[in-house]
Amino acid sequence: MSRYLLRRLLIAVPSLLGISVVLFTVLALAPGDPFAELATNPNVPAEVGAALRREFGLDDPIALRYLRWLAAMLHGNWGFSFVSRIDVDTLILQRLPATLFVIGSSQVLALAIALPVGVYAATQPYSLFDQIANTLAFIGFSLPTFFTGLLLILVFSINLGWLPFVFRADIAATGWHWYWEEFRQSVMPVAVLGLAQGASWTRYVRSAVLDAIRLDHVTTARAKGLAERVVVIKHVVRNALIPVVTLVALSMPAVFGGAIVTEQIFRIPGIGSLLISSILANDTPVIMAVTFVFACLVILFNLIADFLYGWLDPRIAYR
Amino acid sequence: MAGSTLASPIASAGVAGAGGRRRHVSAGLEAWRRFRRHRLALMSTGILILMMLAVAVGPLVWQVPINDIDFSAQLSRPSWSHPFGTDDLGQDLLARMLYGGRISLAVGLAAMLVAVVVGTIVGAVAGISRGSVDAAMMWLTDLFLALPQLPVLLLVIYLFRDPLKRLVGPEFGVFILIVAVIAAFRWMPVARLVRAQFLSLREKEFVEAARALGATKLRLVVRHILPNSLGPVIVAGTVDVAVAILLESTLSFLGLGFPPDVPTWGRILFDAKDYLDIAPHWALFAGGAIFLAVLSINFIGDGLRDALDPRKVM
Repeated sequence: MSRYLLRRLLIAVPSLLGISVVLFTVLALAPGDPFAELATNPNVPAEVGAALRREFGLDDPIALRYLRWLAAMLHGNWGFSFVSRIDVDTLILQRLPATLFVIGSSQVLALAIALPVGVYAATQPYSLFDQIANTLAFIGFSLPTFFTGLLLILVFSINLGWLPFVFRADIAATGWHWYWEEFRQSVMPVAVLGLAQGASWTRYVRSAVLDAIRLDHVTTARAKGLAERVVVIKHVVRNALIPVVTLVALSMPAVFGGAIVTEQIFRIPGIGSLLISSILANDTPVIMAVTFVFACLVILFNLIADFLYGWLDPRIAYR
Repeated sequence: MAGSTLASPIASAGVAGAGGRRRHVSAGLEAWRRFRRHRLALMSTGILILMMLAVAVGPLVWQVPINDIDFSAQLSRPSWSHPFGTDDLGQDLLARMLYGGRISLAVGLAAMLVAVVVGTIVGAVAGISRGSVDAAMMWLTDLFLALPQLPVLLLVIYLFRDPLKRLVGPEFGVFILIVAVIAAFRWMPVARLVRAQFLSLREKEFVEAARALGATKLRLVVRHILPNSLGPVIVAGTVDVAVAILLESTLSFLGLGFPPDVPTWGRILFDAKDYLDIAPHWALFAGGAIFLAVLSINFIGDGLRDALDPRKVM
């Protein structure tokens, strides 16, 4: 198992490098120039501008610039935010916990919905429950997250006044009261993200269970006289989870996309809203770093998926 | 066969029909028969055709200008003079929705077409060639799948929006850019599908027969393998239209899509979100339109899957 994990880890490194190449190429191909302002500023002589460009290595070939950028990233030197006037890595570390908290709890919610509903729907295909669940799932993943977010705000914050619609990082309370406030302000963002994910995962789970439930070993398990519950949980679901894990890992980039939108709607101070605000403020170092952090998170979740494969099906780890 | 639960209720129709002796029906007619049994898909097709007609013909019938500012009718509720109400500048929402719908739907269709063409080419080349070409193309596909889509999309739009605007004008420039970036992040599933189809189809007897008759590789692909692998591609393409519409409205909603004077549905929703408490109709109509379009496209995709690819669920 550990050798398998090590191998997956080594495979992740080239992907990370590949992503960094793509990001850097996009940035290098872009027509914008960080020193464009200097060129148009009459107070800066042309020689000074050229000297600055040389000093920052902007005239070097692109491969060299990439290597230098990569070295700086590896050394933890992520640059300096033009707008917030602090180091990019400090800024991101401040914002990361809120994002991870919202994404993490919404994934737990999505799994808590998708697994039982999908499995139960697949054990009784085309029953009333299955049809209702299927229709709801379709509605769930056709509703854009930004629209559900606005709807929830309209109903629960404006009409009913139950929940706050601005997420605050600095709640002025301690102890149980703090947890209660944190819970109240997280309900809507987590629900928006979790329900959207849960809807599409329900369909994955249902179809995977439907595929696994007609395999011969399931009939054997039934013939042995095992209880239906044991058959489903031990013999069907475990096998069905392997394709589900693949699809969940593949949908991770979409989850982060949804998180950006949710953070924007509920004004959660996470890295998603940081990305939007720095794009609107032309804060290039922060944009690059946040995009890269998102890429790292996607790779991390793919690694977790690989780990889950090894656990669900030990044969994979020994191949 | 142990517990033969078919993947879809409609799939059984084709199997049962094969039992009795029947006159020959074409594959297209057979598919249409299966599609017709999916009532929600049939209904969705009707709704989608209605929406397309509305955005195509609507602006000719409802000839209120989309940028007619009227401060006396600010944020008014739906009424006879403004069936969908007005926004904060007193502009007629029905006219704006009809105009914006053209762009939203056009972006969806165009992005899907580009994504399917690119994905099919990549998948076909990877599927027919063995060895290093296949491996390299699949590595590229996996790399694109691992990219965090929305952040990179935002990054690309941020970097390339202004130069393209200068080059081909604000509206068309943004249109090209958004279609290109959405397509650039949606071709991978199609490529994987096509490759998987090719891997199994190229070992089939009819391909062997064609090869024995001396067909070139190009002819094999274009005449024999590709037509047989199109079913799942059509399904994936349909779902891609929905994804593209969602992505476009997400970009517009984040303020990074079309400029404010081009009222796509996402853009209308973005403008409406600050007036949620006093003018909820504004957001509800725009969001409802996106939802209805995406939902009906998804149902049509489900119906097509039953019709063209009955073994597969999801």
